[in-house]
Amino acid sequence: METKSRKLDAAKKAEAEEAEAELQTNIVYEDDKYVLPADDHETLQSTDLQVVQARIQEIVRVLNNFREMREGNRSRNDYISQLLKDLCLYYGYNEYLMEKLFYIFPVSEAIEFFEANEVPRPVTIRTNTLKTRRRELAQALINRGVNLDPIGKWSKVGLQVFDSPVPIGATPEYLAGHYMLQAASSFLPVMALAPQEHERILDMASAPGGKSTYIAALLKNTGMVFANDANKDRTKSLVANIHRLGVKNAVVCNYDGREFPGVIGGFDRVLLDAPCSGTGVISKDASVKTNKSEQDFQMLSQLQKELVLSAIDSVDANSKTGGYIVYSTCSVTVDENEDVVNYALRKRPNVKLVSTGLDFGKEGFTRYREKVFHPTISLTRRYYPHMHNMDGFFVAKFKKISNKIPKKNDDSADTVEDEEFTPITDDSGKRSRGGKKDTAAKTEEVEKISFNPEEDDELIRGKFAILLFVWLFNYKKEKKETANFILIFFFFFFFFFFFFSNVIYSIASQAIENSEGYQASSKEICINTL
Amino acid sequence: MRPLTEQETKTFFEKLAKYIGRNITHLIDRGDETYCFRLHRDRVYYVSEAVMRKATSVGRDQLISLGICFGKFTKTGKFRMHVTCLDYIAQYAKHKVWIKPNGEMPFLYGNHVVKAHIGRVTEDTPEHQGVIVYSMTDVPLGFGVTARSTSDTRKLEPTAIVVFHQADIGEYLRQEDTLF
Repeated sequence: METKSRKLDAAKKAEAEEAEAELQTNIVYEDDKYVLPADDHETLQSTDLQVVQARIQEIVRVLNNFREMREGNRSRNDYISQLLKDLCLYYGYNEYLMEKLFYIFPVSEAIEFFEANEVPRPVTIRTNTLKTRRRELAQALINRGVNLDPIGKWSKVGLQVFDSPVPIGATPEYLAGHYMLQAASSFLPVMALAPQEHERILDMASAPGGKSTYIAALLKNTGMVFANDANKDRTKSLVANIHRLGVKNAVVCNYDGREFPGVIGGFDRVLLDAPCSGTGVISKDASVKTNKSEQDFQMLSQLQKELVLSAIDSVDANSKTGGYIVYSTCSVTVDENEDVVNYALRKRPNVKLVSTGLDFGKEGFTRYREKVFHPTISLTRRYYPHMHNMDGFFVAKFKKISNKIPKKNDDSADTVEDEEFTPITDDSGKRSRGGKKDTAAKTEEVEKISFNPEEDDELIRGKFAILLFVWLFNYKKEKKETANFILIFFFFFFFFFFFFSNVIYSIASQAIENSEGYQASSKEICINTL
Repeated sequence: MRPLTEQETKTFFEKLAKYIGRNITHLIDRGDETYCFRLHRDRVYYVSEAVMRKATSVGRDQLISLGICFGKFTKTGKFRMHVTCLDYIAQYAKHKVWIKPNGEMPFLYGNHVVKAHIGRVTEDTPEHQGVIVYSMTDVPLGFGVTARSTSDTRKLEPTAIVVFHQADIGEYLRQEDTLF
């Protein structure tokens, strides 16, 4: 018995010791500096998501207290590149987009953002005040067993739906136009626009009509709403929604937004909810994670810049009540937001940013990585899924001061401002038409300076043949009867010319060289050929 | 976009009169603003003159809709009312039918109204008269044509059809592609 109990005691003791040691090691491990996996191939092979997630957490922990936690002399970049790779793997983004999004936030916030993109946002509806009131609508829906609540203090028409036994997009109330299924974030640009009764308002990219109908509801069916969308198929749902919600003052048209001041201008207010990459609504459409490349972003921001300028030009600054433009996107990237606003401020000095009138949301960036923007961009507002529990969104509100675009908008002033705001990259400036002309003029000048008679001889020779061809062709058009004859003659002549052009040309050029006018004339031709 | 011709106006108003009778005048002579009917791609739109004037600057191919669409002319020259005009005709309707909550969904799926679903009917509705269909909470759901007069309805069995379905607000979902 004794020996048995002794043995048991010993076993217990050993167990306890082991446990303590384990505890110790755990503590040590907590304090331990996280060691980055050295080999890249190894990390690529380990696709176990739990391992990857643990590694993400460790690296974030290190990055948050980098000075003390770093291992040896590994640089911050080593950690970040590993983190980016792991995040791509874990959340399924492509590398380009991951890098773009990652740098918008501080490290731990970025993880929160990616995490929030995996969870769907709450379903929200907007009461159509043209047909009913929020209290009545809520009562009607509660009678159908829908569980809902007001969306928040900031909106008097929004309702948040928690769960519903019936499809919320097919109830008799929905069909009768008492409410619109609409994301909370898309209330914001209309609230910022703050349309007043009897105004004429343009919604440049309006399908499926959530914002347009909200505008019409705020106008109480007075004034008029121009709802435009570039996509003809999408105008169908736009028209359906406008009719369903009982909007009687709307005109729906199908133009490219960039044509706009040309079609009709002089609006009191313009809402531009620009087409965007959709990085704010990844929870709704996860395909964005993989299908957006650098090219897409370039194309989009180019389009957005053109659209925002035509939006600004469509507004009448002398409007008694209005003269406002709201620019919004459902994207969180800086190129589609602050960069576009900054471009608009630079290209149209007759607008200024004003407060959006929304009392929540984060301020827009006045500087981002190597770019520095206009200081008033802090008046714009950003919304994030992890912070406000709505889609990622951006809202900027402009006020147009005068209808004239001031003279200082010329190329020279433009480049100066370019340097002022974006000291390192001035890619946006180059994209403008003025910039292109500028560079073209410069190359012409360079050509003039490096004048080389031998090269030009060849150029002129080729040009001479082409000019002859063109002249003869025109001649043929004019006189049809003699066309055939001339064509035959021309071909003979052409062959002759082709074989003997060298001889003829050397003779001709010598003759010209003898005369003094040679230099000047050939120079002119040279420039024309360019 | 153009005003309706005489023939078109006649067919259109005849159809409209089936639902709102002489109240058509209320649509034309309004106290607040002048409104007009305009034809654009076979569809008839009812729109205030101010909006119409501004819409003239939009090209014919690019103009998708303006104001409220009342319906369209078929290829044979008849006029077909769309559910989109429900707001206006419900406002001026002469004869109405209210249906019980259990009859709402069948009607919104495009079925005729049977006697069992009827809650209330305007007195003295004749046979083949255009009527507006309401829910018991006074929400307009669509319109139809009576199969029997009010007095005849009393004798019918509960499953008999009382109102033939013409249009209902469920079409916003069912026929979004063809309606607009």
